[in-house]
This record gives sequence, C-alpha cells and structure tokens, in this order.
Amino acid sequence: MYGKGLKPLSIATVAMLALSLSLVFFYAPLDGDQGFIQKIFYLHVPLAIVSLVGFVVGGVFAVLHLRTDNRKWDAYSYVSIHISVIFGVAVLITGAIWAKASWGHWWVWDEPTLVSFLIVFLLYATYYPFRYAIEDRDRQARYASVFAVTAGAFVPLNFMAVRMAQSLVHPRTFATAEGGMPGEMMLTFLCSLAAMALLWTTLVKFELTAKSASGQVKRLRRALDAPPGGASSRIAPEVS
Amino acid sequence: MDLLLAAPALPLDEAGKYVAGAYVVFVVLLVVYVAIMAAKVQRIERELSDVAAIAEEKKEAQAAPGRGSEAPFASRGSGGGGTDV
Repeated sequence: MYGKGLKPLSIATVAMLALSLSLVFFYAPLDGDQGFIQKIFYLHVPLAIVSLVGFVVGGVFAVLHLRTDNRKWDAYSYVSIHISVIFGVAVLITGAIWAKASWGHWWVWDEPTLVSFLIVFLLYATYYPFRYAIEDRDRQARYASVFAVTAGAFVPLNFMAVRMAQSLVHPRTFATAEGGMPGEMMLTFLCSLAAMALLWTTLVKFELTAKSASGQVKRLRRALDAPPGGASSRIAPEVS
Repeated sequence: MDLLLAAPALPLDEAGKYVAGAYVVFVVLLVVYVAIMAAKVQRIERELSDVAAIAEEKKEAQAAPGRGSEAPFASRGSGGGGTDV
C-alpha cells in the first residue's frame, strides 16, 4: 500500500536532483560577493527549508493521530520527523562548511539563524529518547504526538523570531531591500528546493513502505503462531 | 562582526574544496541512509522467508493427518492476525 507510486516518485526525484545539480554548476551565475562558495547555498538552504517544513508536517500528522487515534498517523509523524532530523544533520554540516569558507569560522554563536536551527535540531533529537522511554505503545504514540505538535508549533514561531532579529551576518534569501536573487539564481534555487522536497517525500515513502512490510511480516508470524523473529524496535511505530 | 562581513570571496581553487566537501557530505549521508535501509530490507526478506518456511511446514503437517499433532504449530490456534495500526 505504502509502496504504491514509489518507483515513479524515485525516478522523478533522481531526474530533479540531476537537473538541479546541472543548473547549479552549469547555469547559475557566480555570485559577485561570495563567488564559487555560494554554490553551497543551493544545497544548504533547500535542505534547511525542507527539514523545517518536514518538522511542521510531522506535527500536522501528529494532530491527525490525536484526533483520530489512528496509529497510521503516528507512523507518518514519526517518519516525517526522522527524515527531517537526517536532513537537519546535513543542514548543520553543510552550513558549517559554508561558514568556514565564507566567514573563516565553523560556527558563529552570535548568529541567530544558526543557533535557532541548532536549538530546533536538538529539540527534535530528544524525540527519540523521549519515545524510547515509554514502554506502552499507545502511551508512546500519544505522548510522541503531543511532543510533535508542540515542537512543530515552535518551528514557525522560532523562524519568525529569527526573521525579526536584526542579523548582520547571515544572508537573507528572499525579500531583501536589495531586491533578492537574479532570475537564473532563483530558478536554480527553486529547482533545488523541488528536488529536496521530492527527495524528502521519497525517503518518507520508502521508510513507510519498509515499516509496512516489517509490520505485515510480524502479523504473518502472529497468524502462524510462530515465535517473533529478529530484534524488533520498541521505538519505531509499526504500520500494516 | 564587521570582519566577517568584510571577508572577501575565496579563490576558485580553494572554494572548490569547500563546495565539493558540502556536496560530498550530502551524498555520503544519502548513501549511508540507503545502506541502512538496504540492511532493513534484507532483514525483512530473511524474516519473510522464515515465515514462508513455517507456513509450508504447517501446511505439510496438516496434509499428513498422522503427524498433525506432532507438528510444531499445528496444535495451537491461528492467532488472529493482530492489529498493528
């Protein structure tokens, strides 16, 4: 069920990633201020946007879980947050590389955008031990959903707070007083954003498909009265 | 802060290393994730073949009435399938 449409989605993702990489390196002009280093922008910023939106999407699925009590939504929420955390790791590493190349430092503690993303990332990093600490699966799912909703609401609030802060260092991508990016850069950026969004969707679907397959094998084992096989995870929700 | 703002663009040969590093990190993370998922899929495949073997064993035990009660899972109930969602 979850695997339906995974193949065309994967092909679209690979095609979009290839297109965006081609645009980044062969079409987008060099930035007058940062030069070649600015190419990291087309990777780092889409990853950050998709990661943050993924956290919010995880919160929306958690709301659906709390409203309907359907464990499927808990699995969606868990997987959305899981993939967004992985994207978050990539954001922090690529951001640190960009910072080192651009500012000469791996990390700048007085830059609100960097620190706020780290806070959001660390907040979501506690999602796993929080989930793991609860034995009962129903309570685990409910509490994890409450966490996902609260943390999901924190993400846009945090984003707005950072936008309101007067930063001198971190570049603003959209709606700058100088008029924002030129057309070629904007097109490349939008393609990169679409590629990352597709990649996130594909990985979420892939993960859900694997969980569904695993859940169905467990159901089969129970139906056959067979002993449980392998080490089953207590933290990840089952789907069928 | 002003020093950071005034930092000039790096020359191409030096900037290239950083850009390559960032994209390599992304690809490595992706490959690691795919490798972990591949291991998971392999485990599911192994479990599925175990379950298939048990199902066949059970079917054979049911087909041979004399051996029915000796079969490992024949004397127990069906279990009911469970609800995971």
